[in-house]
Amino acid sequence: MSAVEEVPVTLPTIRGRVHRVGDHVNTDLIIPGKYCLTTSRERLGPHCLEGWEPGFARRVRPGDVLVAGENFGGGSSREHAVLALQGAGFHAVIAAGFARIFFRNAINLGLPVLVCPDAAAQAADGDLVEIDVGQGRILLDGRVFRAEPYPPFLQEILAHGGLMPYVVARTRAGSSRPTS
Amino acid sequence: MVAQTITEKILASHAGLSSVRPGQFITARVDRVMAHDITGPLALAQLEAHGIDRPFDPERIVLVPDHLVPSPTAQAAQAIHRLRAFARRHGVTFFEVGRGGIAHILLLEEGLVAPGELVVGADSHTCTLGAVGAFATGLGSTDTAAAMATGEVWLRVPATIRVRLEGSLPRFVMAKDIMLALLAQIGLDGAAYRALEFVGSTLAELDLDERATLCNMAVEAGAKNGIVPPDPRTLAYVEARVARPFTPVVSDPGADYLDEVVIRCSHLEPLVAEPHSPARGRPVSELAGLRVDQVFLGSCTNGKLTDLRVAAALLRGRRIPPHVRMVVTPATQSIYREALAEGLLEVFVQAGAVVTGASCGACPGLHTGVLGPGEVCLATTNRNFRGRMGSPEARIYLANPAVAAATALTGVLTDPRAVVGGEGLFV
Ligand code: SF4
Repeated sequence: MSAVEEVPVTLPTIRGRVHRVGDHVNTDLIIPGKYCLTTSRERLGPHCLEGWEPGFARRVRPGDVLVAGENFGGGSSREHAVLALQGAGFHAVIAAGFARIFFRNAINLGLPVLVCPDAAAQAADGDLVEIDVGQGRILLDGRVFRAEPYPPFLQEILAHGGLMPYVVARTRAGSSRPTS
Repeated sequence: MVAQTITEKILASHAGLSSVRPGQFITARVDRVMAHDITGPLALAQLEAHGIDRPFDPERIVLVPDHLVPSPTAQAAQAIHRLRAFARRHGVTFFEVGRGGIAHILLLEEGLVAPGELVVGADSHTCTLGAVGAFATGLGSTDTAAAMATGEVWLRVPATIRVRLEGSLPRFVMAKDIMLALLAQIGLDGAAYRALEFVGSTLAELDLDERATLCNMAVEAGAKNGIVPPDPRTLAYVEARVARPFTPVVSDPGADYLDEVVIRCSHLEPLVAEPHSPARGRPVSELAGLRVDQVFLGSCTNGKLTDLRVAAALLRGRRIPPHVRMVVTPATQSIYREALAEGLLEVFVQAGAVVTGASCGACPGLHTGVLGPGEVCLATTNRNFRGRMGSPEARIYLANPAVAAATALTGVLTDPRAVVGGEGLFV
């Protein structure tokens, strides 16, 4: 396998308000199976987290950040969960921990997800939050928190807007291999 | 050579490396890529949207409609047709309605997975395939599309937790109870990002159906994969189904484990997981008497032949009372055929149950047994999350097929030992 390539990428800074949910918010709560016959972000968005609290998506403004507790996104592998979050307007999710398939899906669809138990514990509904995704730096009401930054190739995937554009770009560049 | 676990060895060989260590990011070659009717259309849409018109190797791709068959809606029919058309165009394996079943069980039966292989699927329960000593993990549709396009997948090597199963299972205690006990002990994220490797003396008495149940529910603890190292029983099962060469691997002595969990199987009782988490397992005796409206016997966890046999043995010659209903869904068409030949389906129907065609059935709450508000269901599935089988106001309890059959016979949560062993009613 090829060695890790240090590709300088710039990821945008995210600014918005915090919306909080608790521990173990699974994909059935994020988007119930009955809505999953569509893959349109626009159509999934309004139902985002209605299993957690009816009408949740109505309060979200584009750029807002969801903050969750332990094991966010457990359960099914449905990517609709990520699409619904994006459709609702979320630009990032911070959590104490993520279920692994959800974590992959989010990166692969270009939604930054940050593991930061401290920020997850202290963020309150409505707080202003600013995230430097590349550095893993979270600014929450004036306090700075650190999430583990992504390895370079995950940053590259995010910078391309997701895995497929990344695969296509690399195929064009003559190598289908993501760096490992 | 560094001593490695079975999971590490399979990942290393597929990444073209002599060894890997937990936490390492690798790019691995895949032996098989699976997608079904919920996740497949999205994967194909991703390929299309990015102008990729050819899969890397049609023979390594398998498309299985299983959630929405036969299609309950026009939209579902359209989604399935999308898979069918793609399969025809590229010569990809596709299992038509009436000749397929739940993907995970089907891939095992059809010999589409072998020891030492690496399989990815667009479904979280792809980990079921670890039953034959393969590395198998669930991915999302986008990951799957990329794997279909390139034949490769990025992975982070998981550390392994060894689950040691000791002793003989008591009567009516099954692999399902082992997993409910494990989940009650380590929780829904107790194995997050880890491999679960099952070892120990109990394995000798678990057939491939039961081993599939162990690996199936590994993901309920957040695990990346579950795996049972291949033994003579595995090889007998696989050799009857797989013609291509494969290389079984097992863990090296002295391999590094993050942790070991011991389950004393001889001490287990049949368990029931209360709503809304599979980690809320309690002995059935503590919940006995709770009223249920529906019993569902099926799913990739417990819709296999062994499961149907256990339930039919309890139901034979008995009738389900009027205030409870039972839905039986064989996991695959070949299980359906075998159950028909053995007379199991007749037992269910005579008892008053409905038998549906092979599919996921009621498990994902899409058709054939969707729950209404306030209803209580005992299901042999793997997840009892709120809203999973329909209304968010329904309550789902999880248990093994013996508990399901005993409960169907009474309409209240029932310990199967009371049905056969005890006085009166059912002796
Ligand atoms: S039976 Fe249930 S858990 Fe298994 S693949 Fe189907 S929907 Fe998923």
